[in-house]
Amino acid sequence: MCRVVDLRQAVLAKNDLCADDLRAELAGRGTVVINLLSSPGSGKTALLEQELLMAGARGVPVAALTADLATENDAVRLARSGAPVKQVLTDGLCHLEAGMLSGHLEGWLPPGTRLLFVENVGNLVCPASYDLGESLRVALASVTEGEDKPLKYPTAFGLANLVLVTKTDIAEAVDFDEALFRRNVQQVNPGVPVLLTSARTGAGAGALLDAALAVADGAAVHTPVMAQQHTHHHDHPHSHSHSHDHSHSAVPQHQS
Amino acid sequence: MHEMSIAAAVVGQVEAAAGAAGAFAVSSVRLQVGELAGVVPDALRFCFELACTGTVLEGAALDVEPVPARARCEPCAADWDVGMPPDLCCPSCGTAAAELLSGRELQILSVRWEDGPARAADRVPIHEER
Repeated sequence: MCRVVDLRQAVLAKNDLCADDLRAELAGRGTVVINLLSSPGSGKTALLEQELLMAGARGVPVAALTADLATENDAVRLARSGAPVKQVLTDGLCHLEAGMLSGHLEGWLPPGTRLLFVENVGNLVCPASYDLGESLRVALASVTEGEDKPLKYPTAFGLANLVLVTKTDIAEAVDFDEALFRRNVQQVNPGVPVLLTSARTGAGAGALLDAALAVADGAAVHTPVMAQQHTHHHDHPHSHSHSHDHSHSAVPQHQS
Repeated sequence: MHEMSIAAAVVGQVEAAAGAAGAFAVSSVRLQVGELAGVVPDALRFCFELACTGTVLEGAALDVEPVPARARCEPCAADWDVGMPPDLCCPSCGTAAAELLSGRELQILSVRWEDGPARAADRVPIHEER
């Protein structure tokens, strides 16, 4: 007998539950995760090198996990800061998932780590769909990538709690139109903070570290409009309507 | 190109549900894909066919139900299609949308399958079977 059965299961429910578990587990250990998303070559590693060094100088216990399809080059660069660093090779996979991250942290994440920076695979499409248990999601774009980058990759920028512009030292040379970039960011993610940085000149140095520390200390993060839809964690049919007097987002808010 | 991971997740969830229900031979899966889900339906169909191979879903069709993205403005008490690229600021007053009403869906709605003979006795026969 052939029949149609209602399932009503979110496809990413397993990842989202795993991410929630990881967020709670890490919160219990005093650690918050910062998920960094950008296209390849936008300067995630250079920025992170600088932020890890500053954290070290300030005595903030930080660690970094960097994901690439191949090579350990990024880990070698980041390890120069003295912070514990782990390279994850995805063997061609275009994104990290919460379960993968959780597995890589097991037995590695040093106790007492306050901030764990996760440098996602350089890709603005796939990583956007996967909550990694982060408390702060940051989308980066360098000034060379074009002011319309947020419009071309709306979910990556639309779900970010913070947007960072990198390589501002060459903004003039590439005719970067900051106002236009900001307008485009606001179109897909109204109200999200945008910070300007240059790892070369040191402009905006520490901005990411400060934002991450604020979140770790319990500051509220920007909630993207795009994250304000109840699509996740619904593993069974609901007939009641949801109240909207609470925050519930795909990129969850810091709870500690 | 994370459609393969998405397809594998869909197949895994349907396999689990079919196994629990004692069903076999899944013939179709209906999937809701929001405009802002970040998934390309054509790529997903291609991956789905591959992911179904050797499972109870072998040969199953994937029916994609697209969901347009809509947002709501609180001051104007109005909804709008956000379009692509999305504009999440109200077209009338320019304030940020209060909420995304739809568009991020990525959900298995329903599955069509053959009930397994092994479990047939466990069920209350439905009308057509009497």
